[in-house]
Amino acid sequence: MEKWDDNRAWFLVLPVFIVVAFSAIVPLMTVVNYSVQDILGPGQTYFAGTEWFEEVLHDGRLHEALWRQLLFSGLVLLIEIPLGIMIALAMPKRGWGVSACLVTLALPLLIPWNVIGTIWLIFTRPDIGMLGVAINKAGIVFDHTASPTDAWITVMLMEVWHWTPLVALLCYAGLRAIPEAYYQAAKIDGASGWAVFRYIQLPKMRGVLTIAILLRFMDSFLIYAEPFVLTGGGPGNSTTFLSIYLVKIAMGQFDLGPAAAFSLIYFVIVLLFSFIFYQVLQNVGRREKQ
Amino acid sequence: MARIDMQEVAHSYLPKIQKPDQYALKRIHMTWEDGGAYALLGPSGCGKTTLLNIISGLLKPSQGQVLYNGEDVTGRRPEQRNIAQVFQFPVLYDTMTVAENLAFPLRNRKVPADKIRERVAEVAEMLELTPVLHRKAAGLSADAKQKISLGRGLVRSDVAAILFDEPLTVIDPHLKWQLRRKLKEIHERFHTTMIYVTHDQVEAMTFADHIVVMYEGEVVQVGSPEELYERPMHKFVGYFIGSPGMNFLPCKVRGNVAEVDGTALRLDDRTAELAAKARGALELGIRPMHLELATEAAEGALPADVKAVEDQGSSKIVTLSLGGQILRARLPEEKPAPRQKAWLRFPPEWTRLFADGKLVG
Repeated sequence: MEKWDDNRAWFLVLPVFIVVAFSAIVPLMTVVNYSVQDILGPGQTYFAGTEWFEEVLHDGRLHEALWRQLLFSGLVLLIEIPLGIMIALAMPKRGWGVSACLVTLALPLLIPWNVIGTIWLIFTRPDIGMLGVAINKAGIVFDHTASPTDAWITVMLMEVWHWTPLVALLCYAGLRAIPEAYYQAAKIDGASGWAVFRYIQLPKMRGVLTIAILLRFMDSFLIYAEPFVLTGGGPGNSTTFLSIYLVKIAMGQFDLGPAAAFSLIYFVIVLLFSFIFYQVLQNVGRREKQ
Repeated sequence: MARIDMQEVAHSYLPKIQKPDQYALKRIHMTWEDGGAYALLGPSGCGKTTLLNIISGLLKPSQGQVLYNGEDVTGRRPEQRNIAQVFQFPVLYDTMTVAENLAFPLRNRKVPADKIRERVAEVAEMLELTPVLHRKAAGLSADAKQKISLGRGLVRSDVAAILFDEPLTVIDPHLKWQLRRKLKEIHERFHTTMIYVTHDQVEAMTFADHIVVMYEGEVVQVGSPEELYERPMHKFVGYFIGSPGMNFLPCKVRGNVAEVDGTALRLDDRTAELAAKARGALELGIRPMHLELATEAAEGALPADVKAVEDQGSSKIVTLSLGGQILRARLPEEKPAPRQKAWLRFPPEWTRLFADGKLVG
């Protein structure tokens, strides 16, 4: 058979390329378009250059929202990853308990995000919510609509309740994939429980933990629906995360130019952090192989 | 080092045993002598690994006791029994270097650092791992990884026994010979009790002084390679050892004569005496290399049809049909093979009699 020496096979990729163009590239370019224009009304657009970018980069409230966002995502990773690992380690390995645990863990993941906000809004209300009333009855003043600290605690609780199960399920899958021989060898070698975790379970979970960290970072960095329903970004601006602030600019004030510039910066930040996390975790793996 | 006794050990993986065939391991009652090199031989699924895990303590037997030097250790965990075990596939601590991997069993037992260094260097030298000692274990080849696993089994000098569970499965054939030789050397030097699980008879025979043959959860014979070959205690041993396996022919015994397919074969007096007492279905067994072929009819010879002749280079394997039974004979290379018909002679000194699968005489 004769060998074909051209690249016509690339045409086979064309349908995918068209779909991606319409689903991702065209909308993204629209945003890029907006970010460099001043839009006063239909047909009344003027080229604005880097004006919106400069404005957004010097916006003090955006800086505050960014730091708030970083603190939030940092706390999410610090709490959810260790907690998820611990839950996965404590889960039964066989029997009916496995299904019971899996179903219970999956429940929060199945609830629509805005419903989660509503659930926690009612659950923590100091006048009628089960948790809110109980805490206040115990003598601790707790009101997430009045105190920024209480608002943060409530948002963190909700986030941990909502997403730790995902980390736990991923870790559990990673743990189940470790062949029994590793545990047997560890027993023969006289390894302690901590040594088994440190030298067998943790290294074998690196793959799933990479995914868990990336997913939890990106998702928490983009969080919108739950805090929007729960606190609306308040009290004051204390729980105004980046996307809540973005929506305020775009929908509240209808500043499409700055909102578009903001979106692009937001996008680059998420991309950058994900890239860093990925590289770091991959390097840990590569260093261990040398 | 220790002598290991197994007293009436049986095991089932099911919590409740209703039928005898639910035992993975039926009654095992035997002794592993201190300093012996044993091979545990049997087909896949016969209970070899179960037996090994019971010896090491990874598994607690459903019934019976395991004794180390007369001391009951049945309830003890592997780390309390001081035993080493090497598994079929390499088990490595990925984040550690080769040296740290080898040191791990010692470090867990709080052995002093200088002693650890000494032992690790010694074992690395034995297994030719010295050049890679400070590399991460995860990046090495499958061969090297399994050598590290072997090394972790050998690094403790005071173990009761070292158990090997088909340790050379993933190793290259030429290296396999070398490593098996190495293990044998180590055994000769230190006289540690070694139990080596395999389903490969060649591997078993080159490694061990004593071969323990297992079949369907039972030990059917313990003996030297020669004993297994010449006097298989069970039909299964006859099949499993030797290639091709032993020939078996159903027969009837009357006095000094065994009747096969209407032809009478003479038995020696002792066998005939034992046969008279035996119960159950009787069969004659003979190794292919002991079956004599003649091209002409003779007294006490059975006529058979030649089905096929395979030339294996150093010898020929002749496949024969005798009244519907298939027999195989091994002929020396220089001897011409019969073409269509052959007369079979069963030399009495090599003909064994089996009753219900068990050797009679």
